[in-house]
Amino acid sequence: MAQLIHQEVRGEPDTSTVKTSLKYRKELGWLNRVPFWLHGLLVPIVLLIIWQIAGDTGLVTKEQLPTPLAIMKRFIELGASGELYHHLGVSALRALSGFMLGSVIGLLVGMFIGIGKIIERTLDPSLQMLRTVPLLALIPLFILWFGIGEFSKVLMISLGAFFPVYLNTFLGIRSVDTKLYDVTRILGYSRWQQLTKLILPSALPNILLGLRLAMSTSWLVLVFAELMGTSAGIGYMIEDARTYSNTDIVFVGIILFALVGSLSDIAVHALEKRWLSWQDTFKG
Amino acid sequence: MSEHSLVIEHLNRTFASPAGPVHALSNIQLKVKQGEFVTLIGPSGCGKSTLLKIVGGLDTGYEGKAELNGRPITGPGIEKGVIFQEPRLFPWLTVEKNIAANLSLKNPAVRRRVDELIELVRLKGFEKAYPRELSGGMAQRVAIARALLRSPDVLLLDEPFGALDAFTRAHMQEVLLDIWQNNKTTMLFVTHDLDEAVFLGEKVVIMNPRPGHIREILPIDLPFPRSRTGASFQELRRLVLQAFEKGEEPALDLGAGI
Repeated sequence: MAQLIHQEVRGEPDTSTVKTSLKYRKELGWLNRVPFWLHGLLVPIVLLIIWQIAGDTGLVTKEQLPTPLAIMKRFIELGASGELYHHLGVSALRALSGFMLGSVIGLLVGMFIGIGKIIERTLDPSLQMLRTVPLLALIPLFILWFGIGEFSKVLMISLGAFFPVYLNTFLGIRSVDTKLYDVTRILGYSRWQQLTKLILPSALPNILLGLRLAMSTSWLVLVFAELMGTSAGIGYMIEDARTYSNTDIVFVGIILFALVGSLSDIAVHALEKRWLSWQDTFKG
Repeated sequence: MSEHSLVIEHLNRTFASPAGPVHALSNIQLKVKQGEFVTLIGPSGCGKSTLLKIVGGLDTGYEGKAELNGRPITGPGIEKGVIFQEPRLFPWLTVEKNIAANLSLKNPAVRRRVDELIELVRLKGFEKAYPRELSGGMAQRVAIARALLRSPDVLLLDEPFGALDAFTRAHMQEVLLDIWQNNKTTMLFVTHDLDEAVFLGEKVVIMNPRPGHIREILPIDLPFPRSRTGASFQELRRLVLQAFEKGEEPALDLGAGI
């Protein structure tokens, strides 16, 4: 019996991938002569070349749009002088502490509201109302209350990280299967065991989704917070370069944000892969 | 300890509904001996699943007497193992961890017992598999091992093989009989399959709906292992069917009770 199942599992996807790759081959035409991994990079490469030519021929000025090569040169310069690491370190610390603070509180509040009916009835409506206020509209208020210091910035970021984690944790807890809950009652789980061995694992896919969203919100709020006034950080570097029309440095900052943003996304995604490998869902 | 492990007397269960109270169980009387295998059979809506839920402690809104080993049933617990129609495994745990559940495999006593049970339900080699990798019959065997690890006084089975194909079902029935003969656990087995009820039970409890009540309790005096094709088996099967035909609701095959 086991062998039979094994064969089924192994047999089916094999034939289907062979079929699709054959179909692919026919439709791709001239693209077949380009290495497979390069396909998605073709468009950016062509755009970069056009951009470089436009800059070299003077179609656009250096202040409007510095050429890719100039940006790369500046990137290396800033990296070599250590300035880049300094700003990056300051920004990463801010974003990370705000993210940690916000998501831990979001996780705890989401759990309590998810488990307790009384807290849900009393606290959730207020939180839902607060959620609809655009976060960035609160920034002036934060500056008035807490100044423009480090504390104020971390607090702003944590508020941005709080809501996605809170909402998704709550959702995850409410999606716990009552049939499995009955099983834990029959097997004599304690309240604590129900929480750690049923509710949290069931809610984990949603919690990780919340963390992923919180991560990107953290970076977004960070940029705003740093543009408002500070003396270090990538946002500061961008703002400072803008006042002196060093457009190439502005680009360096943007690229850094893009890199760090996708790196943190990859990190959470890796966690998902590791912790959610048990899931039996449609994977495309 | 008295001879009877499970004693049910004058048991009634009524559910409130918008259209008025629904009488689900009416004056149920049932005594099950220690180590006895009892099957409950009846059409959908006869209250057999409700009765099992009450014995399992998952439904405490009953009136009357329901006692296990002399103590009234007030809630679920490990002394009453329950197997549902679906295996209800934790999808994020491997087979062996599903069996251990809230017990730690690091405890050598638990470890040894889990290994024994994996052997007993014939799942050797699948200890580290996840539920999504198992067939329906295999998953159900994991659920049975999970219940047995707690050494329950009584094992309650609610149409456990209802979702399996005929071959797997026959195989699972034999596995269950093996377990019963080795462990002498009291079994209360709900089914809507006539053959299954006669093949497994030492006693077949025949239930009818509207309101759910026990129509007849039929002893099956056949030695194990039983043959499904023997003349005496067919005769007893006919007797059970007859008991239904005397009832006002003969349509047995209307569907599984849920």
